[in-house]
This record gives sequence, structure tokens and C-alpha cells, in this order.
Amino acid sequence: MKMIEVQNLKKSFGKLEVLKDINIDVQSQEVVCVIGPSGSGKSTLLRCMNLLEEPTGGDILIEGDNLTAPKININELRQRMGMVFQQFNLFPHMTVMENITLGPKKLKGKTKSEANELGTQLLDKVGLVDKAEVYPDNLSGGQKQRVAIARALAMEPHIMLFDEPTSALDPEMVGEVLQVMKDLAEEGMMMIIVTHEMGFAKEVADRVIFMDEGFIVEQGTPDELFNHSQNERTQVFLSKVL
Amino acid sequence: METIEVILEGLPTLLRGMGVTIEITVISLILAMFIGLILGVFSITKSKILRGFSMAFVDIIRGTPLLVQILFIYFGLPSVIDIDLTAFSAGVIAITVNAAAYLVEIFRAGINSIDKGQMEAGRTIGFSYAQTMRLIILPQAIKRMIPAIVNQFIVSIKDTSLLSAIGLAELTLSGQSIYAANYRAFEILFAVGVLYFVIIYSLSLFARWLERRLDVA
Repeated sequence: MKMIEVQNLKKSFGKLEVLKDINIDVQSQEVVCVIGPSGSGKSTLLRCMNLLEEPTGGDILIEGDNLTAPKININELRQRMGMVFQQFNLFPHMTVMENITLGPKKLKGKTKSEANELGTQLLDKVGLVDKAEVYPDNLSGGQKQRVAIARALAMEPHIMLFDEPTSALDPEMVGEVLQVMKDLAEEGMMMIIVTHEMGFAKEVADRVIFMDEGFIVEQGTPDELFNHSQNERTQVFLSKVL
Repeated sequence: METIEVILEGLPTLLRGMGVTIEITVISLILAMFIGLILGVFSITKSKILRGFSMAFVDIIRGTPLLVQILFIYFGLPSVIDIDLTAFSAGVIAITVNAAAYLVEIFRAGINSIDKGQMEAGRTIGFSYAQTMRLIILPQAIKRMIPAIVNQFIVSIKDTSLLSAIGLAELTLSGQSIYAANYRAFEILFAVGVLYFVIIYSLSLFARWLERRLDVA
């Protein structure tokens, strides 16, 4: 089943054309990694998918609902998509547990005890049960990002979007975050991941998309893209990062 | 008559004036906080009309002297429109409007100082703009704004002394009425100064306590 359909997507910032005619379909349970040089438009593509950026042209369908339709309830639609940011964006004035349970309590009508139970389950999943009452400032980068993933999962999304989730982390903390994402993938969560972690993409992705200068240059299985690419731009990029 | 006797004799009148000063300040600042917050949010929305309205309000009020605003509201307005304002209500309007204009800028700057990732995180969870503002942005912003808000409160408390110009018997005018009769301006104005200081210093202490308390979280 098609979960996301992107059709002829265009996005410009002023005169700068960042996305030029993007077309992608993503199936349920699929894990897609988007790679490419900085400025290639990969983050913008991801941000268009939940309307953090308003597309200049084209259509994006999430589970059949057109994002850019005039009377779409974007708040309801966003609840179906979790988003994880490079900079974590945890709420610093709330404890880890409050960060996770705010959405379920205020948007899903869960009672405090129901939400806390869910929160504890999710913290267990990301290995941070002992940090429930801690404020984000007292966590390491890797712990913050795992809390951010738990917070996104608390809304029980059908789709998870990751925008360079490990790019702001110290190298020794990248592994713990990737492990959580790998577990999620194995559970069948549909994920779109903008990343520079080629090893992770090779291992976990069902499909890798290579973007450059606002276009999708090439896409395929990790093996096709990393080992048998016929495209010169892909080869040049991969030779720099591998 | 001894200095201390002069002051003690004037004290009941001065304390009544101080009560009026406090009353007018509290009412005005509560109203000003509401107006300032609403116009502050207007000033950061996408709507050009709301932004323009907010900016025009700030520019006009900040660009004219408070004394002129007070006189305009009390003497000017009733001469063209059919309203009958007491000195007290004219005072409340003037201080409210004036403080609100400065608070708009404090709110705007405070909200803008919160990383835009916070708004994005709130929106991606599924909260509306208003919910994200209320639950996520404002609690953080207001903590940062406290010193600037308190500063404006202090300025506004002192500004109420200008209401003596429209015959409102607040603290300053109460003092003037006493030394007009007994010619002991030194003692009475000294006492007036002390009473203002007591109000303002209490507010400062409260603000420091509040900031410390919020720092725990």
C-alpha cells in the first residue's frame, strides 16, 4: 500500500529553486534513506512531507490525503507522522516524561496515568527509563535524540521522518541512536531518513535515494546504489563519503 | 514643628494617595499585559494587517509623551466624543495603553528569542499554532521576559505620578496638597519618595524571588 506519494514536487525559496520536480512513492513498512551533498534539497523534501515547508508546486499524498488541499486538517495529519530533528528540539522546560506525554495527553485525550504508562514503555524501548524525571539539559546528545524519538512515537504515528538525526551528535553517541532506529525498522515502521550515515543506509534501508541539486538522481536498493551505480554524479559523491 | 511630626501628620493622606497609586498601577498593568500579549502575538503573525496594526500602535504610543496622552484622554477626548471620564479611569486608560506599547515589544522579542525548532517540534507532534504558543513557546519566553517586564512595571509605577496633572489624588498629588498648605516641601517630598521606593523595591524583591523559583524548573 502506498503510504506517501510525492508528485511533481517543486519548492523555491525566493528565486532559489531547491526542489525541481520530485516524484517518489513510499510503501508501508518501507525504510528509505535519502542521501546527497548538502544543499541537494533532501532536508527540504522531508520538511515538505509534513508541511513544515509549503511546496511551491506539485502534490504530496499521505495515506491518500493530499497535504496541499485547502481544507486538509494538517494538525490531524501530522499526528500520523512522527518527526525527529537534527537538533532534537526537546522542550527544555519539561521533564523527559512530560516531553513524551504532552501530545498523548493534550491531543489524544489520554489520562495522566495512561500517558505515563505509554511513556514508560517508550522510554524502556529507547533504554532511558531511569531518565523519566530528568530535564533535557541534563542529558547527553544521544540520550536527547532517543527521547525525541520516544516523543514522536508517543503519538503512535504510521510514518517516521528523520532529518539527519545523528549529524549533531558526538561520534561515540551515533551508535545508540542508530540502534533505536534499526529496532524500529525491524518492527516494520515506515521510515524516511535523511542521513550521512552510509553504513546505516547500507544495512537498514530497503531503498536509497540519491539527491543532487534538487533532483532525484538515482534510487535503488543499497546494493544497486552503493556497489553498482552507473551514474557519474552518484559515483563522485560516494567516492567522497565512503 | 519637628520633621517627624510633619511627616506623621501627613502620613494618612500620603497613604491614601499611595493606595490610589497602587490600585491604578495594578489595574493598568493587568490590562496592559493582556493587550501587550495579544498585540505581541499579532506582531509575529503572518498577517500583514495584524502586524501593521500592532506596529502602528507601538509607534504612535511610543512616539508621543505620556503626559500629552494623559491630557489628551482626559481633556481632549471628552471635548469631541460624548464620554464622561473620571480622572481615575482616564488614568487607567493612559497607563494601560502606554505600558502595553512597551510590553508588545518585550513580548515580541521574548517570543522571537525562542529557537524556531521549538515551534516546529510542537507543530509536528500535531499541535496547532495557538496550542504550541500556549504550551511550549510562552512558558519558555515569559521566563526570559521577566526582567524586562518588571522593568516596565517599575517605569509604569513611576509614570502614575504624571496623573497628578489631571487632578487624580495619587501619591504625588497627595504630597503636593499637603505642602501647599504647610510649606514643608522637603519633609513631605522626602516621605513621598520613600513610599514610592517601598512599592518599587517590594516589586523588585518579588521579581527576584519569582525568577529564582522558575529557575528550579
